Amino acid sequence: MLIRSVLLLAVLVSSTYALYFHIAETERKCFIEEIPDETMVIGNYKVQLFDPNTKGYADYPGIGMHVEIKDPDDKVILSKLYTSEGKFTFTSHSPGEHVICLYSNSSSWFSGAQLRVHMDIQTGEHAQDYEKVAAKDKLNELQLRIRQLLDQVEQITKEQNYQRYREERFRATSESTNSRVLWWSVVQTVILLLTGFWQMRHLKGFFEAKKLV
Amino acid sequence: MDFRAAVILLLAVIATVSRAIELTFELPDNANQCFYEDIKQGVDATIEFQVVTGGQYDVDMALEAPNGKVLYKDVRKQYDSFTWKTEVEGTYKVCFSNEFSTFSHKIVYMDWQIGEEKPLLPNMEQHMSAMTMMETSSSGIHERLKAIDDYQTHHRLREATGRKRAEELNERVLWWSVGQTVVVVFIGVGQVFILRSFFTDKRTISY
Repeated sequence: MLIRSVLLLAVLVSSTYALYFHIAETERKCFIEEIPDETMVIGNYKVQLFDPNTKGYADYPGIGMHVEIKDPDDKVILSKLYTSEGKFTFTSHSPGEHVICLYSNSSSWFSGAQLRVHMDIQTGEHAQDYEKVAAKDKLNELQLRIRQLLDQVEQITKEQNYQRYREERFRATSESTNSRVLWWSVVQTVILLLTGFWQMRHLKGFFEAKKLV
Repeated sequence: MDFRAAVILLLAVIATVSRAIELTFELPDNANQCFYEDIKQGVDATIEFQVVTGGQYDVDMALEAPNGKVLYKDVRKQYDSFTWKTEVEGTYKVCFSNEFSTFSHKIVYMDWQIGEEKPLLPNMEQHMSAMTMMETSSSGIHERLKAIDDYQTHHRLREATGRKRAEELNERVLWWSVGQTVVVVFIGVGQVFILRSFFTDKRTISY
């Protein structure tokens, strides 16, 4: 009995979320994750509502939180309504900035209430639960450590690859700016000359008609 | 025996409460964004931030301890890193402020590490003293790879800053050019018609 309660306490302690922040009820809070492709992202959150009676934050299981995740092309890859406590996972299929947005759907609670959102987002090899991996593949400590090193190195390689892709885009943008500046200067000069030419011709015709020239 | 194991597990869980969280978020103009963490006493914590895009790439940061003492406060910094050892247990608050800016929203990267990294398996603490050469080397490699990950993150942020500036410039060049062309044509045509009006007999209104 005591053992079970101690273990339960251990589980409760380990499941308290970490960072938290406050948002208003319908306020949308977004976080940007710039990740290479084939990278797993795991997020956990827990929402509490401010109770003006007790002047503290308490759990309200009825709160719904909408989680919306967009990929670098602004396409929605996940849009789900979760309860006050939820976990979301996704794997990126294209490299770039993924945006994770959270907002509560309810406005039926105390008007203008503040929500406390506890949250944790982990990407890549930080999202791996090594205890589970050790249990599943029956690895000893050294083997598990090597597995962790392999995951880390793989993530570094993906990031380097993504870096190459970004640099290519940066170079393409700079070259485009270069050619645009050149092209537009030429076009503007031509337009300026044409306008001047038209001006003179029009005025000449105008003054000749007026018999002043 | 079971009881002892359970107590050890509980102590291991409490003692190794360590975590790291990296977040990149948008800070609108005139906004203040605060993050809170409950930390125990005597824990080493590090907070690092970098402004990725926006305005003059600066933000105000303030770190407050649970007893109200301000541990760190600086204004208009682009990048900084602060390490401290917690003296009191409680909720630590870190606030990023963009209140000095009227029209540029910023994107800020934040990395908050609390405590030492917890071991891979919960019972690894028990035989830390008997680590072999292999284990020591792999532990060393792990630390260095973590450092590489950190450098890569900062490199990525700086590259993103440069790239976004370049993309903004690219788009602006197009709009400025179009705008200038329109203005030149408009002025050219306008000048001619105004000049014409000087030489046109104005019809006076007869009383």
